Amino acid sequence: MGKTATRISYGNALVKYGDNENIVVLDADLSKSTKTDTFKKVYPERFINCGIAESNMMCVAAGLATTGKTVFASTFAMFAAGRAFEQIRNSIGYPELNVKIGATHAGISVGEDGASHQCLEDIALMRSIPTMVVINPADDIEAQLAVKAAIDHKGPVYMRFGRLAVEDVNGPDYKFELGKGVQLKDGSDVTIIATGLMVQEGLKAAEMLEAEGISARVINIHTIKPIDEEIITKAAKETGAIVTAEEHYIMGGLGSAVTEVVCANAPCPVKIIGTDRYGKSGKPAELFKEYGLTAENIVAKAKEAMALKK
Amino acid sequence: MDAKRAIELAIIANKVRKHALTGVYNAQSGHPGGSLSIADVLTLLYFEVMNVDPKDPQNPDRDRFVLSKGHTAPALYGTLAERGYFPVEDIAGLRSIGSYLQGHPVLNKIPGIDMSTGSLGQGVSVAGGMALAAKLDKKDYRVYSILGDGELEEGQVWEQAMFAPHYKLDNFTIFVDNNGLQIDGDITKVMNPTPIDEKFKAFGWNVIIADAHNFEELYNAIEAAKACKGKPTAVIMKSVKGKNVSFMENNAAWHGSAPNEEQYNQAIAELDAKIAELEAML
Repeated sequence: MGKTATRISYGNALVKYGDNENIVVLDADLSKSTKTDTFKKVYPERFINCGIAESNMMCVAAGLATTGKTVFASTFAMFAAGRAFEQIRNSIGYPELNVKIGATHAGISVGEDGASHQCLEDIALMRSIPTMVVINPADDIEAQLAVKAAIDHKGPVYMRFGRLAVEDVNGPDYKFELGKGVQLKDGSDVTIIATGLMVQEGLKAAEMLEAEGISARVINIHTIKPIDEEIITKAAKETGAIVTAEEHYIMGGLGSAVTEVVCANAPCPVKIIGTDRYGKSGKPAELFKEYGLTAENIVAKAKEAMALKK
Repeated sequence: MDAKRAIELAIIANKVRKHALTGVYNAQSGHPGGSLSIADVLTLLYFEVMNVDPKDPQNPDRDRFVLSKGHTAPALYGTLAERGYFPVEDIAGLRSIGSYLQGHPVLNKIPGIDMSTGSLGQGVSVAGGMALAAKLDKKDYRVYSILGDGELEEGQVWEQAMFAPHYKLDNFTIFVDNNGLQIDGDITKVMNPTPIDEKFKAFGWNVIIADAHNFEELYNAIEAAKACKGKPTAVIMKSVKGKNVSFMENNAAWHGSAPNEEQYNQAIAELDAKIAELEAML
């Protein structure tokens, strides 16, 4: 299995699926980091640098989309979902325009740049826009197929990509279905529901639990909105305890989305793993450990959730 | 443009003003002042300048218009209704539940609206994106947008002010409704955006100053914008907030408040008198 940063996958997918003349890619002076420069090299006539002006970029994307174009707008997650939130909300989400936001450098895995650049709120922000689809892919193939799915979906899509190289979770025959969770491992005592780079940790945690005689189901939720209610409800009913894991603030992200489904359909204990404060500078592995984004913490929280079962 | 056509357009513009006031009066909310100041340029655009067809509002080759100062939707709705996009009677439902005529323009739901606006500073960026699309597709449609002078206080306006000249969007013309007033009063006292013309010049725009209530002057400005190659054009329109309703003119209090019955009747009577006066000139 290989190791790839999903931002690299994003750039490659833009080239792979970007032969459609209708696709335009925008960036805000970060094309070398967001990897939209991969697209720019092949299709320079359909790449537009908007400079360091994310608010304007989102609205330019909207304007292009009104004419029928499929527009990708890229910058770091912090400056897309964060800085340009209201532009996305009012000029992309409200008129339901065909703009795909390719947000890279999400989460604390940004590492050394520190809290100002470690966006931990984007899933919550984007999830709150009624017309927005939110995708957080776990690995290379999933990220590439997410781009394809975003092109095929008519309407606004937010895609969350990472800076850090992550191990493959899915095999080469992987099929991506928008809005459908993926059960990676069956289990009956507890369910680990993870997204993005935490899926790999979820699989490791399941192995660790297995060694202790605990049967853990593992579900990868790549599409946080619309969320796969069926797979979550089934897991709640069949395993009676859930732990969620995401590289995002504990409020408003995957954990919140899962509890919304569980509370409505099949109440059971849900432990949420995510960050509970601003990030900081450090190496990604050190940060994961300090913020509890590890297989070890998933194991601990899984046991806590199981202990709460009636 | 000949003098006769200018009079005809002035008559239509005053009908547009009546529609706008009727909408705001019925809703007992909305923005009359800035609606009245842009009625003339909207009429000129939709009745004389833009290549649009109310029967084919989605034509991909049409000219586009974005009302960046979206709160003056009553004037735009009045213009679109007068032009035949939807029935004039529908304006009576402005801002009411069940009506498609939302408080601010909305795409996909109102015939003739090219973009949802209302949050200041965004519409002009969207319009820039439309102008860029025309360039990418090698189409010759043109894009127009109206901004408020208070709106220039939004930083995003200046992001687009950099963008349009950078990409040589000479198919893009913006109008600054320079009536000098914003909600809290005189624009130079609230947060001074002047000198407006020099700012746009410095950002690389072709800048034209025109009287917002003189059709021939505005028409000539638009013709000059079309002739200008390699640069977008900013027409700084010197306008009167509340234009043609005596008690609303140059009064910031009418930015966002609705007339009562007596005021509404007086406003309509004044506009009817203006229309009669203009018709007598034909």
